[in-house]
Amino acid sequence: MARGQEGDGREGAPAARRTRPGAKFWRALRHNKKATAGALLLLFFVVLAVFPGQIAPYNPTAMSFQPGLGPSAAHWLGTTSQGQDVYSQLIWGARQSLIIAFAAGGLATFIAVIVGVSAAYLGGVGDGVLSLVTDVLLVIPLFPLIIVIAAYLKSAGLTDMIIVLGAVGWSYGARQLRAQVLSLRNREFLEAARVRGERALYVIMVEIMPTLTSLIVATFLGSAIYAVLAAAGLQFIGLGDPNALSWGTMLYWAQNDAALQTGQPLWAIMPGACVALLGAAFALLNYAFDEISNPALRPVRRLSRTRYVPAYSLDGKLLLPEEEQLGART
Amino acid sequence: MRFVLRRLGFFLVTLWAAVSFNFVLPRLMPGNPVQALEAEHPHLGSQAIRALTILLGGNKHQTFLAAYIQYWGHVLTFNFGISITTSFGTPVRTIVLDALPWTLGLVGVTTILSFVVGTFIGLVSAWKRGGWLDSAMPPIFVITSAFPYFWIALLAIYLFAIRLGVLPNESAYSIGDTPALTWHYIADVLDHAILPALTILVTSIGGWILTMRNNVITVLAEDYVRMARAKGLKPWRIMWEYAGKNAVLPNLTGAAMSVGFVVSGAILVEYVFNYPGVGYMLLNAVDALDYPLMQALFLLITVAVLISVLAADVLTAILDPRTRELG
Repeated sequence: MARGQEGDGREGAPAARRTRPGAKFWRALRHNKKATAGALLLLFFVVLAVFPGQIAPYNPTAMSFQPGLGPSAAHWLGTTSQGQDVYSQLIWGARQSLIIAFAAGGLATFIAVIVGVSAAYLGGVGDGVLSLVTDVLLVIPLFPLIIVIAAYLKSAGLTDMIIVLGAVGWSYGARQLRAQVLSLRNREFLEAARVRGERALYVIMVEIMPTLTSLIVATFLGSAIYAVLAAAGLQFIGLGDPNALSWGTMLYWAQNDAALQTGQPLWAIMPGACVALLGAAFALLNYAFDEISNPALRPVRRLSRTRYVPAYSLDGKLLLPEEEQLGART
Repeated sequence: MRFVLRRLGFFLVTLWAAVSFNFVLPRLMPGNPVQALEAEHPHLGSQAIRALTILLGGNKHQTFLAAYIQYWGHVLTFNFGISITTSFGTPVRTIVLDALPWTLGLVGVTTILSFVVGTFIGLVSAWKRGGWLDSAMPPIFVITSAFPYFWIALLAIYLFAIRLGVLPNESAYSIGDTPALTWHYIADVLDHAILPALTILVTSIGGWILTMRNNVITVLAEDYVRMARAKGLKPWRIMWEYAGKNAVLPNLTGAAMSVGFVVSGAILVEYVFNYPGVGYMLLNAVDALDYPLMQALFLLITVAVLISVLAADVLTAILDPRTRELG
């Protein structure tokens, strides 16, 4: 899905403005092992989320089996103390985590772009106010904040959770986007647009946005990780909808019924492992995008491939002392 | 100095925002929370009701502004009334002060430990670029940084407490143990702290390693580092004094930013281990709809995070001459 987003961003940009990171994304994505691993993991969960009915062997809510069974051929991960099939619940749970990741992550990214870009573009008092709000939200501990909001909401459904997570999770991205736009401010191509008399909206959408693509993707991935983890945490401590089909809710019931202590460890460990893997998928993609947009962070082994070497010296900087570069080439 | 003053101003603004948020949120919610609580808990006295009204709203005869000023008065004197459900009648202040040392000990020690160790590993891994440490660390910690704290906690309990049975899986000390400065008690407390501390360490150390590594790589590309090499300075001196010192500065600010993150994770860790700290109390309060206790704990956590941010700012100002000159 992250790949799809990237593609959309490029289609919207005029060909002439296609800057270095945009044009090389696909190739870099394929060449970066972390990106490939992350994308495949994500794809795996997307398939689970789209076709749970076809993959899961049983109805995830049916309490039709003997409770507390261990793993067997019929129930790969055993059954819950309510007599539900753990494996089927696990597969159905993917859907909600992915919806939260994309919806809350998307919402947070959207707010981050609006706030970050307008702060940098407005300057003056507008920038001051927006930056202050961003910084305040950045240092207030978010999870306790979300817990307090969820406590007043009583049990938070899917929509509540998406709105709350999206509304509080945008500050880091906004700050980075603002810094990036500020650094562009005096570039010639923006100067040219201004001299041509283009409207502010045109300048932002057509001139500035394409240069922010990789940062926006990074913001989205970071927000998605946060949303997945925070939502699972909230559901785990019982602040979510207790009847929801999600990994966090599974963990809540497993903890409630002392799954670890009563010989049902898989019931508690597998949903957490899925949350961890989904988070890892986004994290791998995020780190890979970081490497792609910041050549300094690429693994050194890349130096042995001759076509990567000029990318280092183009910056006018050699990243490593000569002897280590030579060492890496041999 | 002006840098520090500006940060102090920011500290106050953020504090204002957090307190105002606490004030506004219950008033935004539909219904009258105080009447709801009164119906649920008929044992509440008139004095408790009055304190709750100030905290949560519902007083029809008072303007918004007057209520707001009164609320600030209570906050500044740390008067959050009494706990209404979790442990009825106990002043909120007492509960909070009881919980605080446990969290400070657990989160404080593990955060510092994870910062120091993580920063060091990051420095070495960037210095020996392409070495085994450098190739193994980033991918591993990129992945573990996305692991939920509570899941690591569950794994730790399953492995060490249930499977191996070597460490206790809940509480901060054994039942029946009286807190005293004896070896027995201290050993018991440490015994109970190992698993929660390990959980926080495992999940938080990756961030330090990665940011420090990236910082060092950027610094190593600077001209003054090449200059130092050209001068023939000892490698360890370049690593510590040239690369390490300069690269740790942004990490320090990052450290302050992520304290909130660590505290958030610690809430879940305390919950899983039934560790009687601030986070555990917060979740208990939320569970029992003990709004006075919940508000006080949220403010306390926020203030603690803000203070550590401010402390990191002051430290940066001391260590980085540029901030002094700019200010």
